[in-house]
Amino acid sequence: MSDNFKPKIVAFYCSNCASSAANVADGMDKALPDNVKMVQVPCTGRIEILHLLKPFEEGADGVYVAGCQEDSCQYVTGITKAAKRVAYVKNTLEQLDIEPERINIYNLSAGKGQAFVDVALEMNDRVRELGPVLSE
Amino acid sequence: MIVAEQKPIKEILEMVKDYNKILVLGCKGCVTVCNVGGSKEAAILASTLKIAARKTNKKIEVEEHTLERQCDPEYVDEVKDMIDDYDAIISIACGVGPQFLSERYPSARIFPGVNTKFMGGAVEHGMWSERCAGCGTCVVHHFGGLCPIARCSKSLLNGPCGGSSDGKCEISQDVDCIWDIIVRKMTELGRLEELLEFMPPKSWITARDGGPRRLIREELVI
Ligand code: SF4
Ligand code: SF4
Repeated sequence: MSDNFKPKIVAFYCSNCASSAANVADGMDKALPDNVKMVQVPCTGRIEILHLLKPFEEGADGVYVAGCQEDSCQYVTGITKAAKRVAYVKNTLEQLDIEPERINIYNLSAGKGQAFVDVALEMNDRVRELGPVLSE
Repeated sequence: MIVAEQKPIKEILEMVKDYNKILVLGCKGCVTVCNVGGSKEAAILASTLKIAARKTNKKIEVEEHTLERQCDPEYVDEVKDMIDDYDAIISIACGVGPQFLSERYPSARIFPGVNTKFMGGAVEHGMWSERCAGCGTCVVHHFGGLCPIARCSKSLLNGPCGGSSDGKCEISQDVDCIWDIIVRKMTELGRLEELLEFMPPKSWITARDGGPRRLIREELVI
């Protein structure tokens, strides 16, 4: 992929663990890549399949969800539901001959600011490598 | 409810590949309840088609709309002013929907977006199970309220067969033997004797074997 490809990435993160991680990251002055658009949701269980598809429809090259650990979800099953929906969208992308790696879910722990930044960087690298969604 | 599942996306894409203005038409009836053909799913399918177009660099327009029901002419009529604006309509109602649409709008290109499976209900969230085969003469009261026509692989009225094993049907370990369940239930209720009564062969004239069916209720006909 050309070096100047800057992917558009949309990240959904919950207002509990992931958000606390985000605050810590902020406090540590850890900068997120500016091409990652962050969308905070009360709980990742609120993220519907359509929410995960829309960014791809509107030009995103990658999407990820950052939520709690499976055993520490504030609303018990939010992150598990989100994981199933992410899996559903991976399958949809595959059927469209789009790399399923363009969507992912990460389990973060409250306060782990570095991890919050790391997943953004990881997704950024991964999608940069994949290139734009459009097949040439 | 009538239970359906979405067709594979590839199949849908193949059906509409020559069309550029597409309407995804949902239904607020059974298919909304089984999460396959309501307004939410219409939006998901429309979005999926748009992503597919983005991937292949194709210019398409996709809109979605959901009718109260697709099995009633008065609701099917609702889209009469829209239908000509589209080259293709994907109905995500049960199989009745695309047919009612094709009958009402003969020149429109109507495609089924779901595969209609069976009449049943939700046994768990996200899990549906067949309960009725629409035989036209209900007999469940003879079997503890359980239907051996829809739920026994051989539709036996005098079961179980010799293949019943540990509560499972011989066709698969994933299929419960309904006759095992019927016998257990009737035993628990102290009504096992009722099952000893021989059930004569059922007339299938009222079922599909009697040909396509229709129902006329004079008191309702206007
Ligand atoms: S007996 Fe016939 S009508 Fe009754 S549940 Fe079974 S298939 Fe349906
Ligand atoms: S094993 Fe049970 S369900 Fe299966 S065909 Fe025999 S009686 Fe019917």
